[in-house]
Amino acid sequence: MPQFLLKRFLTLLATLFATSVIVFLVLEILPGDPALMLLGVDATDEQLASLREELGLNRPAFTRYVAWTLGLLQGDFGMSYSYKVPVAGLIVERLYLTYPLAINAMAITMLLALSLGIFAASRHNKLGDVLVMTLSQIGISIPSFWFGILLVLLFAVHLGWFAAGGFAGWSNPAAGYKSLLLPSLSLAVVQAAILTRITRSAVLEVLREDFVRTARAKGLTGGAILWGHVLRNALIPVITVAGLLFGALLTGAIVVEQVFSLPGLGRLVFQAISNRDIEVVKAVVILLAFTVVLVNFIVDLLYAAIDPRLKAADV
Amino acid sequence: MALLDVSNLKVDLRTARGSVQAVRGLDFSLQRGETLGIVGESGCGKSMTALALMGLLPDNARASGSISLHDQNLLAMNETQLSQLRGDRMAMIFQEPMTSLNPLHRIGEQIAEPLRLHRKMTPRQAHQRALDLMDRVGIPNPSQRIDAYPHQLSGGQRQRVMIAMALACEPDILVADEPTTALDVTIQGQILDLIGRLVDESGMALILISHDLGVIAETVDRVLVMYAGRAVEHGPVQDVFARMAHPYTRGLFAAMPRLHEGVAAWPRPALPTIAGIVPDLHDLTDHGCAFAPRCSLADPRCGAQTPPNTALGNDHAAACWHTDQTLAEKIGGQPA
Repeated sequence: MPQFLLKRFLTLLATLFATSVIVFLVLEILPGDPALMLLGVDATDEQLASLREELGLNRPAFTRYVAWTLGLLQGDFGMSYSYKVPVAGLIVERLYLTYPLAINAMAITMLLALSLGIFAASRHNKLGDVLVMTLSQIGISIPSFWFGILLVLLFAVHLGWFAAGGFAGWSNPAAGYKSLLLPSLSLAVVQAAILTRITRSAVLEVLREDFVRTARAKGLTGGAILWGHVLRNALIPVITVAGLLFGALLTGAIVVEQVFSLPGLGRLVFQAISNRDIEVVKAVVILLAFTVVLVNFIVDLLYAAIDPRLKAADV
Repeated sequence: MALLDVSNLKVDLRTARGSVQAVRGLDFSLQRGETLGIVGESGCGKSMTALALMGLLPDNARASGSISLHDQNLLAMNETQLSQLRGDRMAMIFQEPMTSLNPLHRIGEQIAEPLRLHRKMTPRQAHQRALDLMDRVGIPNPSQRIDAYPHQLSGGQRQRVMIAMALACEPDILVADEPTTALDVTIQGQILDLIGRLVDESGMALILISHDLGVIAETVDRVLVMYAGRAVEHGPVQDVFARMAHPYTRGLFAAMPRLHEGVAAWPRPALPTIAGIVPDLHDLTDHGCAFAPRCSLADPRCGAQTPPNTALGNDHAAACWHTDQTLAEKIGGQPA
């Protein structure tokens, strides 16, 4: 087990290193001069030169990369060009919104996908199955921002149960959660539609295994076989895809935060890209990448917890 | 009263090419403590028979006729009633010990499961009983092994676990479907000895399914030879093997490699085979003997009329028009 953990942890570090290089290079190549963006087209060459000097843009790329990563390791994400404050502070403020949003959306996704997927598998080729599969097909086809707009129309405009947008803050946790509910739902529906299909086919596959026949030969019946023997075996592909979907969910959050006017990471990075606030963009992208890698590391740990064979095989 | 009475058992399979009959009217009965071997080539319907007995047929299969256990027709029971018998009064061992155990459950839990289900034992009692069972099927160090996962055991050990699981509730009937086919030759003998010993000790009835005549000869009292879904010959194992009244039984026997013949002679004689192939179930008709196209004794009558069961004394019978000819030939000889 420790060897398994160590191997996974080293993979995690290598992935983070590679991500940091790619993020840095891509933003390096990207056209657009931050100094020009800050000073405007009327700026003189001298002004631009002195600002580039001040921001350290004249130093060689390698030096800047090393300085940037060393800063990251110490929690220093650099200074925002447009806000003129440390990027770390900007990000932390927004994490309080984006992480709860993503985690809540993931929770709703898992809840929907597992219950609907298992239900569909247990009614294989019957009405319930066909119904769930049709719904999931529709769910996959709906863009989450459009679904978000529909939710706003129904629950905020017509029924008036929720606010149409904005974030109430965590000073009142219930109100804070309530303002995240519609955005989470609009994110979760698409993800859940995909994951429901994965769950269904994983359960169906396990139902065909020999050991399920053994369980029946012992005298176990439907429900006991499903919960006792099938589900845990079906979880591996489900959590694998769930881990991958988490990345898509963070990306989706950027758009959904726009729809619901939520001051989250998505909006921060959206505005930073428009303003060529490279430091902020780099920091947010590396943070999102770190989150995705970390989630997949957790998924790997879950594999080992679910399947004793993986500890031995050291995959 | 027989413990198990199977009469006119048919198993229909729905396939992409239409409906076929995998078992075409099988009759046999089994007394308490009796052991029966069902032998035949792949696709002769022996596994379908076993699954029909347990009520474990795949979704595309339907059984008809009657299977009576303790005078109750299993085919008339619903799933709940059947599940109360399965694992309790009748148990099954499968061919593949590698895939027949749940890879994520400790073997102790898997052995204890039928006890908790049918005997309503507490986890503690079931654990204790699982230890006893593991000891009884010859798994060394049960107290350590009970917490092992299936992947940590060898094929032979896993089959012992399967046997322990099947025996947990002391069933009246044990159905073993090719229990040694997936195992090394050296392990096969051990597992067969174990099954034989446990059957003797517990007095349960055994249905052993195999394509291996050697396995059948060593383990059971009576044998039933199946071909294309029908019993072509059945009787006490000594009588059937000594007389071999059906050409198919002879063909099977002749096709078995024998060590003592091959070692001395060089070049080694080619292993006799049965000409032709097992008929496609889609092509079978209700008329005539299904073996006729492959049989050297076949005449026009064999293709037109289904041969009756010819009684040969001592509960031995064969479904062949030419038993007088086969019995007149030298025993164990080639019908060709």
